[in-house]
Amino acid sequence: MILCITKCIHYVLHVAIFKKTNDTKVIHQISIMDRLKRTTFILFLMLVASLLPLGGHASSPEVGTGNGKVRDHQGNGDTTHKANYTKKAFPVLSFDYKNVRTPFEISLWVLLASLMKLGFHLIPRVSNIVPESCLLIVVGLLIGGLIKLVGEDPPVLSSKVFFFYLLPPIILDAGYFLPMRPFTENLGTILMFAVVGTLWNAFFIGGALYGVCQLEGDYLGKVELLSCLLFGSVVSAVDPVAVLAVFEEIHINELLHILVFGESLLNDAVTVVLYHLFEEFSSVGTITVTDVFLGIVCFLVVSLGGIMVGAMYGILAAFTSRFTSHTRVIEPLFVFVYSYLAYLSAEVFHLSGIMALIACGAVMRPYVEANISHKSHTTIKYFLKMWSSVSDTLIFIFLGVSTVAGKHNWNWTFVIATVVLCLVARVLGVIGLTLVINKFRIVKLTTKDQFIIAYGGLRGAIAFSLIYLLDENHFARKDMFLTAIITVIFFTVFVQGMTIRPLVDLLAVKKKQETKRSINEEIHTQFLDHLLTGIEDICGHYGHHHWKDKLNRFNKKYVKKCLIAGERSKEPQLIAFYHKMEFKQAIELVESGGGSKLPSAMPSTVSMQNIQPKKPSQERALPQVSKAREEEIRKILRTNLQKTRLRLRSYNRHTLVADPDEDGWNEFLIKRKRMKDLEKMSHVNNYLTVPAPPPDSPTIARARLASDPQAWVIKPVTGDIPTIKVELASPQSPESVSVVDEFKKSSYEQEDEDGDGLVMKATSLVAKKDETGEDDKEPQQRLQRCLSDPGPSAEDEEDEPFLP
Amino acid sequence: MGSFQSLPFDHHYRTLSKKTGFSLEQIGILHNRFKQLSLNEETLRRDDFNKVQDLKDNPIRSQIVEAFFDRRNFQKDGVGSMEEIGFEEFLTVMSYFRAPALHTTEEQREEIRRAKLRFLFNMHDTDNDGTITLEEYRHVVEELLSRSGSLGKETAKGIADAAMLEVASISVGHMAPDEFYEGITFEDFLKILKELEIETRMNIRFLNMDTTVLCK
Repeated sequence: MILCITKCIHYVLHVAIFKKTNDTKVIHQISIMDRLKRTTFILFLMLVASLLPLGGHASSPEVGTGNGKVRDHQGNGDTTHKANYTKKAFPVLSFDYKNVRTPFEISLWVLLASLMKLGFHLIPRVSNIVPESCLLIVVGLLIGGLIKLVGEDPPVLSSKVFFFYLLPPIILDAGYFLPMRPFTENLGTILMFAVVGTLWNAFFIGGALYGVCQLEGDYLGKVELLSCLLFGSVVSAVDPVAVLAVFEEIHINELLHILVFGESLLNDAVTVVLYHLFEEFSSVGTITVTDVFLGIVCFLVVSLGGIMVGAMYGILAAFTSRFTSHTRVIEPLFVFVYSYLAYLSAEVFHLSGIMALIACGAVMRPYVEANISHKSHTTIKYFLKMWSSVSDTLIFIFLGVSTVAGKHNWNWTFVIATVVLCLVARVLGVIGLTLVINKFRIVKLTTKDQFIIAYGGLRGAIAFSLIYLLDENHFARKDMFLTAIITVIFFTVFVQGMTIRPLVDLLAVKKKQETKRSINEEIHTQFLDHLLTGIEDICGHYGHHHWKDKLNRFNKKYVKKCLIAGERSKEPQLIAFYHKMEFKQAIELVESGGGSKLPSAMPSTVSMQNIQPKKPSQERALPQVSKAREEEIRKILRTNLQKTRLRLRSYNRHTLVADPDEDGWNEFLIKRKRMKDLEKMSHVNNYLTVPAPPPDSPTIARARLASDPQAWVIKPVTGDIPTIKVELASPQSPESVSVVDEFKKSSYEQEDEDGDGLVMKATSLVAKKDETGEDDKEPQQRLQRCLSDPGPSAEDEEDEPFLP
Repeated sequence: MGSFQSLPFDHHYRTLSKKTGFSLEQIGILHNRFKQLSLNEETLRRDDFNKVQDLKDNPIRSQIVEAFFDRRNFQKDGVGSMEEIGFEEFLTVMSYFRAPALHTTEEQREEIRRAKLRFLFNMHDTDNDGTITLEEYRHVVEELLSRSGSLGKETAKGIADAAMLEVASISVGHMAPDEFYEGITFEDFLKILKELEIETRMNIRFLNMDTTVLCK
């Protein structure tokens, strides 16, 4: 067998040698970059090579015979090679770069981008002043300069690579996580800015530039109107990549963020139409009214078509995710592939790919998230963030490199005019539009808002790529356009990008609130929705809220049933939110080692008993226990639980503290004891958390939970205290940890479906008081359920109240 | 603009406009709607709200209707509820849903926010004791979830309790085990809903055009 292996190795090496002998000339031409890479490669190979002699030495006798065999085979087989074949020393190490060149270079670029990103955050001061995008462009410039110095041709940002590989992840990330509520609330404003604003910008800049060119005469005079208009339409589009890159770091309030960002996304349709329109007709030279009309129709087709394509794929993805409960691992793949297909399909028909991608992400998200597992959700989130981050970095670096690489034609007038006109057009456009928009908005846009919107209109790589795609024969001044566009991009990204942060602070623009959403806010958001819908109905006009309500009802009645699997389809949003919150807290608890400390979400010691209405209780007198004693008790409990796996009786304060109420009544003692236990338990709950063994690492804790085969008896909450349900990963479904729907398990029987549930319920003060007569029916054992305790199997247990 | 009433109402409208901040046209339209609901009578009763078809699907319907008859929303120290309301009360309740004007100072916005939150608070605090107790809050959540399927009271209780706990933690912080958190006071209510920006959200668009004939 060793002979076979060595034979294979020799054959492979032989092939390599053969290639080398014929390709020596080509190899000499490898560039400096490749040489650099080769040195690193060689270093790596040295490492490997150092291991080879060991291997070779170990099997040297076989190697000798193997060599002989190979040579004989060669001699008998390839006669053509025999003539050329001169006997060389056996190449232990060979170099074959060409094979792996493309993927190797791509990986190196990606690695470079990531290392840059890493590096910037290690230098805190710089990243505070200069936005990352600027730094990346500078790095790109440096790299481009380096490459040029060596005499090579730096790679220019190929439009195909840009539009097919670099742009989609960023847009998908934006679309999937688009905050729908502010987006839909401000949709009218966003559309106004995106459509009307871009049109205004395009024509103003195009027209004015044409005028400037004509005025200038000689060199620029040859630039036609259509070329100028085309240039204007490309340069006027606000770029989502640049906006995202800069705005993410300044954390302005949600409204402004969604306005600028939404505009940058939705103006793609306008840009696409104008671009194709002017490109088509630049060869002809004139545009008629019919063309304008067709252009408008085209715009509607492009935008609505794009949205529909996206929505269709989104629904398909949602529908597919309904059935993925058994193959959780590939769930994220569906999201990515469907979205990418939506983008590509839209591009096939020259529809707006960006809008398709946004529509796809936004449509599929609520349904997919209801269907997929928690881990898939995390995977999707992190993959999207990762890809978009890498894409973003690469785009800016390549912009820098392309600047060095491209052919430039610097014309002072043209460039300066472009920059100035861009700024002027933007400001005028925003001011003019806001005047109109404010008439229709409930919450008006202030001057400060307008300033930020105008100032946030950054241009980016999309504009560059579009110009780069132009056909040189039709556009004589393509290189001049390129130069101008790069200048505009640099200006907006550097000047505006760097100064926007101090300006935001200077103008005291409202910033984004960082607080987590609380359950109270969620309740009141829902409440407000219904309230406002009701008031609108009473007022008698069908407004914004009315239609939203109708859409929600339609969604709930028909769409959710189709697209969401199982019981989740009926879950109202408030409950979903609540479950998510509970789930998060439960995960936090598990990861903190099983409850040895209170979850950090609730730093206070307020507990359920504080908000329970105090019932008049004359018979009992609470034993006052000092805090030190509490600590002692807790420690004792914890150690006791660790030692035993048996079910313990009255595992509670009662047995450890002298009960002042203890009398010598025989018959009533047990009953009384149980009643008091119940009451006392609830008062102890905020100190006695679920005791646990010393904090394990999260993995051990999870493993312990997972291996616990006991199925708890699940009882409906009769009392007033919230329950937290943590569903363990059962042996049946090891990947899923989902929150059990409380309502489902309303019976006393054990449920097997979703695996085991660990339920920690609160005692019920009121209910138990009523059940005095029923004491004999079920001995209420208060057991402090800890995560390692298998617990009782048959009897009903009342667990310790578990603090949320 | 054909919704203007005859002259005697003009003066009445102006005082109302000054009081509530609506424009004259808006008042005219709302008056039309009032007449539509009250069948041309002077006062509106609770049953009249049944005429609004769309309201039937609203889970918090009863609370909304009740808010119209709550004296606390009309007068500073009103107590209890009325059986029937006139147009002025109707308009006063509607004025809680007006948006703040473009140029308002920070204090004015704060005032408006307090007024709106007070309205919400009154809606929750049904027994008028100045606090929202756990029972009342539970009732709120139950009503919210009542139309949304058959998930029952248990989850509602859980949600309400968790919410109450949150309020207590935020407003009081640390409590000893035998202290008791009475209920959400108005100040606490303000605190927990500070992030919600009520003054920008609790608004509906009052049109200047009469569309009441188009709606049921």
